[in-house]
Amino acid sequence: MSERDDIYTDLLLEHARHPHRRGALEHADGHGEGFNPLCGDQVQVWVSLNDDRIGELSFEGVGCAISTASASIMTGAIEGRTAHEAHEVIERFLRVATDLGAPLDELDDEQASLANVRRLPMRVKCVTLAWRAAEAALREAQSHQSAGGGHA
Amino acid sequence: MNAVTPVRPLDLDAIIDSFPSLARRPHGRRLVYLDNAATTFAPDCVIEAVASHMRDLHGPVHRAVHTCGADATDAYESARRIVARFLGAAHAEEIVFVRGVTEAINLLAHSLGATRLRSGDRVIATTMEHHSNLLPWMQACARYGAELKLAPLNARGEIDLDQFASLLNDRTRIVVFTHISNVLGVVNPVATMCDMARRVGAITVVDGAQAPSRRRVRIRELGCDFYAISGHKMHGPTGIGALWGRAELLRELPPWQTGGSMVEHVMLEGDTTWSPAPMRFEAGTPNSAGAAGLAAAIEFLEQVGLEAIARHEAELTAAMVEALNRIDGVRIHGDPDERAGIVSFSVDGAHPHDLATMLDFEGVAVRAGHHCAQPLLQWLGVAATSRASVALYNRPEDVDALAEGVRNAIRKLR
Repeated sequence: MSERDDIYTDLLLEHARHPHRRGALEHADGHGEGFNPLCGDQVQVWVSLNDDRIGELSFEGVGCAISTASASIMTGAIEGRTAHEAHEVIERFLRVATDLGAPLDELDDEQASLANVRRLPMRVKCVTLAWRAAEAALREAQSHQSAGGGHA
Repeated sequence: MNAVTPVRPLDLDAIIDSFPSLARRPHGRRLVYLDNAATTFAPDCVIEAVASHMRDLHGPVHRAVHTCGADATDAYESARRIVARFLGAAHAEEIVFVRGVTEAINLLAHSLGATRLRSGDRVIATTMEHHSNLLPWMQACARYGAELKLAPLNARGEIDLDQFASLLNDRTRIVVFTHISNVLGVVNPVATMCDMARRVGAITVVDGAQAPSRRRVRIRELGCDFYAISGHKMHGPTGIGALWGRAELLRELPPWQTGGSMVEHVMLEGDTTWSPAPMRFEAGTPNSAGAAGLAAAIEFLEQVGLEAIARHEAELTAAMVEALNRIDGVRIHGDPDERAGIVSFSVDGAHPHDLATMLDFEGVAVRAGHHCAQPLLQWLGVAATSRASVALYNRPEDVDALAEGVRNAIRKLR
């Protein structure tokens, strides 16, 4: 397998072409965004919680294949989870995706193929952008909830 | 300065042999380096000039009576004379050593701003400026209450001279623009623009970052007041560059940074007096090894021959434009009358960063991003472009490798 095919796997490219949960949400509890000044890529993530569980979830953004696939895979990784579980999933992914020494098999196959981009230091930000935005969106949704706010 | 590796004009094999970096093998592939607008590689003679300065000539510049001090000072001032001759300056004293174009422009925005800009004055830049020739002027204008106007471009990506003319008024104090666009490769009509600016009494500042490795620069013929160059964009070391300024203008400028070797009398009460230019603008121990490297790079370029280099680049550029235009879905930005060896393009269905990563796997280095020219990218209506830029050591096969890599990436990404 060539290096190109090793990074740009069919799985990753399929997510890039047909990303899951793409589209803006108008009345979400939490919103987070990420910007990569290097390439102008930006991603936004919206999340709403039902009790403590992720209900609505979506992302919107303009970016490269890697950042789009990453956002799509991220939504699959945290949808339906509790906020606490979602934070754990995100934290584990970010740790593995930014540390060449961390074993890839800590992640499922989808996330692992994404985290493999860590071999290209200049592209790591493309991979982490949506996950960090999701983290911020979750935190906002949680503080919204603990402040007693409901859906608008 | 050290002897320069003998190279016959356009003896490509010999030229390539003199650049050790070209032997690097990214991902096990032959390196096809097409990011020369970002930075260029240095030939052996430059590397050796820096090393031999550090080994044999290092000492305190302008500070000591001992032999080591004299050796270092001689080498440093000799480098200044070489830069002056290269640009066609009247005197070596018109050359200020700086870190690069960025520092030169910051120096001018600070010192020229302080002496020339008042509330209500106007500074004119252009839509195609690199951030380094834009942000310092934005800050200076904010500080002194002046307004910054950007001269727009025509559909081909060239500066619209009619609109440029209509921006020039009697409050225009400073006009700044790049010699060659780092994104579009557009070569601006510097002499015409300087002439127009001079008629309203404005000072002209030209960003020469992309020019001196690509064509012969004669500042007297350009007619500008200041011209800035960066060593690493002309096969010299990083961290060294030069600002040329007219002697009478440098004389009136206040210092920018202060410190050692730029002062005559330090008066704790009363008026401190500054050294004359250029030393007034060179506070602190200077980058003498860098200056030696820059001088060696200049001698290298002159030995190869700037006319021969320009011709070689023009051939490669034409081939690159033709090869890219032949690929379905590739759109080249700008279509100027005169384009230096820089081509920016977009590819339908392929993000520039994915394209650049895929090209890198094939050993082809191109730049992807906004190229530190966000106003221009906004004008183009894209967040990022891919950019390929050639230098004297690129071969026609490099253009083939680029085109092949782009086709492969498109096949994979679509």
